[in-house]
Amino acid sequence: MTKVELETFVEGTTHYFQTAANQPASVGSPYLVNEGIPGIQEYTGIITVAGKRKGIVYFTASRPMLTVLLMRLGETEMTHENMCDLVGEVANQISGNARRDFGNEFMISVPRVIAGTPEGAVTPANTRSFVIPINWRSHSASLVVCLD
Amino acid sequence: MNAAVPLKLMIVDDSNVMRRKIERSHQCARLQFVGSAGNGKQAVELFRRTEPDVVTMDITMPEMDGIECVEQLVGIKPEVLILIISALADKATAIEAMKRGANGFLCKPFTDRQLTDALDELLRGAG
Repeated sequence: MTKVELETFVEGTTHYFQTAANQPASVGSPYLVNEGIPGIQEYTGIITVAGKRKGIVYFTASRPMLTVLLMRLGETEMTHENMCDLVGEVANQISGNARRDFGNEFMISVPRVIAGTPEGAVTPANTRSFVIPINWRSHSASLVVCLD
Repeated sequence: MNAAVPLKLMIVDDSNVMRRKIERSHQCARLQFVGSAGNGKQAVELFRRTEPDVVTMDITMPEMDGIECVEQLVGIKPEVLILIISALADKATAIEAMKRGANGFLCKPFTDRQLTDALDELLRGAG
């Protein structure tokens, strides 16, 4: 995976906070997970990538962070469904950015959302994951990029 | 279109958060919200019942996507004004939507101002 490819996914995430919430998010120091699986928070939006690269990209965030983000959007109903919707929208933004920048080289799925911790690993086996902390206000989410 | 008569607005998006945001955020006095749908099939049914003049349309949705839905709505009411609101920011998607009958395109995420401007521009184009 190239730096430019990684930046496309990061930009898709930070752009969402900047525009939708009108408050920029900062990007923490990325790190590699060589063994084990990257962490999952309460709500996770996942896109699957095929074509030139294969794997998954996901954005995972806590309920408190999504609650504040919903408030910034003017939402008053802090329901489980709205949390799922919101994390899916962030994943949708990441997907849209990737389609725009990568074109037909990448085939990118419609986002799916999981709530809670899944039973199995989300990331494919034998592929390293980049974890990029996304810090916003007092909260920290993660963008996880796991592509071969 | 007669500027004095409010135009009926329908919102189509599979995200409840987005539907409610669009309903809250648009500050276009000429538009009167008449209903929202979560996928293309629901949108076609609601469209037949409420006969809106203006539709905001997501693209990626279950059951029937926004591109196909645009084509169906235009088939029912050719003069309907459709604003695509999507995170799919690539040119090919925008061109395909326009070919099927959409009148404007707004990328997600958007600010309240961008939404209002896009709707104003859509209505200006309609005269």
